[in-house]
Amino acid sequence: MQYGLTEEQEMIAATVRSFVEREIYPHEVLVERTGEVPQEIAEEIKRKTIELGFYACNFPESVGGAGLGHLEFALVERELGRGSMALTHFFGRPQNILMACEGDQVERYLMPAVRGERMDALAMTEPGAGSDVRSMTCSARRDGGDWVVNGTKHFISGADHADFFIVFVATGEEQTVKGPKKRITAFLVDRGTPGFSVRDGYNSVSHRGYKNMILDFDDCRLPDSQVLGTVDGGFEVMNTWLYATRITVAAMSVGRARRVFNYALDYAATREQFGQKISKFQGVSFQIADMITEIDAADLLTLAAADRLDQGLPANREIASAKLFASEMLARVTDGAIQIHGGMGLMDDYPLERFWRDARVERIWDGTSEIQRHIISRDLLRTLGA
Amino acid sequence: MKVLVPVKRVIDYNVKVRVKADGSGVDLANVKMSMNPFDEIAVEEAIRLKEAGKVEEIVAVSIGVKQAQETLRTALAMGADRAILVVAAEDVHQDIEPLAVAKILAKVVEEEQPGLVIAGKQAIDNDMNATGQMLAALLGWSQGTFASKLAIEGDHALVTREVDGGLQTVKVKMPTIVTVDLRLNEPRYASLPNIMKAKKKPLEEKTAADYGVDVTPRLEIVTTSEPPQRAAGVKVGSVDELVAKLKEAGAV
Repeated sequence: MQYGLTEEQEMIAATVRSFVEREIYPHEVLVERTGEVPQEIAEEIKRKTIELGFYACNFPESVGGAGLGHLEFALVERELGRGSMALTHFFGRPQNILMACEGDQVERYLMPAVRGERMDALAMTEPGAGSDVRSMTCSARRDGGDWVVNGTKHFISGADHADFFIVFVATGEEQTVKGPKKRITAFLVDRGTPGFSVRDGYNSVSHRGYKNMILDFDDCRLPDSQVLGTVDGGFEVMNTWLYATRITVAAMSVGRARRVFNYALDYAATREQFGQKISKFQGVSFQIADMITEIDAADLLTLAAADRLDQGLPANREIASAKLFASEMLARVTDGAIQIHGGMGLMDDYPLERFWRDARVERIWDGTSEIQRHIISRDLLRTLGA
Repeated sequence: MKVLVPVKRVIDYNVKVRVKADGSGVDLANVKMSMNPFDEIAVEEAIRLKEAGKVEEIVAVSIGVKQAQETLRTALAMGADRAILVVAAEDVHQDIEPLAVAKILAKVVEEEQPGLVIAGKQAIDNDMNATGQMLAALLGWSQGTFASKLAIEGDHALVTREVDGGLQTVKVKMPTIVTVDLRLNEPRYASLPNIMKAKKKPLEEKTAADYGVDVTPRLEIVTTSEPPQRAAGVKVGSVDELVAKLKEAGAV
């Protein structure tokens, strides 16, 4: 890793940060109170992001994106992580997997997504298939030249605003030495397709307003032209394009932790008890020291993992380490910030209780901490035959 | 027409400033620095004039420490065409005084021959509000200060000024110096394509000595102190109570 950021990289981070401070922060309380993002605010954030040239900045220039590298994109995500996810969702970053579009899919899905005309959502998780993706029961069977899909997906983020969905569905089973193994295919499904419906999901303590939705497929008929990648090639497109999404969780955790830290630092420096600033007590000041140390460490782990991807080096383990450490760091930092604030930290007059709630999901989605530990340990042990 | 926009690197407006223990000034070590907000407005105005076809080239200039290069890159990323950095100090705590800045700017104007200089009305660090006026005097140019509106019309400019009694519009002959106020415009963010282009735009580096200007401070800072602490407020339950409290405090 070449140490240090370039002037452009610093400026990208600074621009996104001031955008979040000025365009996202002012709407956060409203979203927290109502659990909704008003349409006009969503449209305004989207419009300003497009004007700034940051919309779909993770896509290559050849399709109209900004062609940012993984490191630059991690910086963008890091700074976006400071703000409410319900709102930063409209600082659109469509799923990279759309690069797998072929033929007329390019004009129907990829290009409109990059231009901000159509929003996408990714659907993989099912009530019975979380970390164990292959156990999915949402399936498609051949009927004439079409596919007929039945089943349910849940925890689908962004589905309330999505115009189309990238849905992973079981399309058969093969026998292996370890037993039967499902074959998976990715489909592009338009909102409004007969037999396909989207309904409200559960109320989560984390990220109010960033809704998780349930998708129902009831004899939903899809032609072959809706297959993304190849039939039974779902894992292939997943592995080709979704390997870096966990960096997003790590980067956002770092950005949010820095925002939380500033609250803790300010409070420690101004709050007085027993006739002195509470930061004069080592119980508080050492906590501050531990927080910033962990935040900096998570920041560097995340950027180093992203940099490895830019260098074309294997990064699976490094990404997992960054996701694991950053999300667990965020839990400790948000908890510590509340401890420093005492009772006031739990009141919704301060945003700390929100950051604390929001932090909880980061250790679960995009692969739980346990899955990350599994990835890290297998990466090291498999080569030793253990 | 060419426009010259001087920009200053100052302590970021969001930072809570801390006075140095010896009272010699504000602590600038490890503090976030940004472009003076009034200068951002000046850069924005220059870009808008260029977009309106009234200006061909925008040259940003900064005088101070080497790190002011970052401030110039921001101006370039916003849309300035090229930049001149005049290194006049090595210590971030050394402020270059308005007269020295104006003298250097006068030399830059001689070299660059701009038709217009747009500057912030003052920098938020020292609130001097003097550089633009001094520059006009040194060059013998007209000036329009505290602009809340600017219109270029041929060989003159109409500058609407925010004065105590309201708005005053003055007609000044070009070339002129305009210093801008808060309500002139809302500066844009640097767009991603412009950030990527900024590095390729020319940034020329000079020193104060190149212009033969002595930047030795002429002012002596006697002391710098924190503003007085605000006393805690009182909550009142009704209008009557409010009036009673105000009377008690001798405020009404």
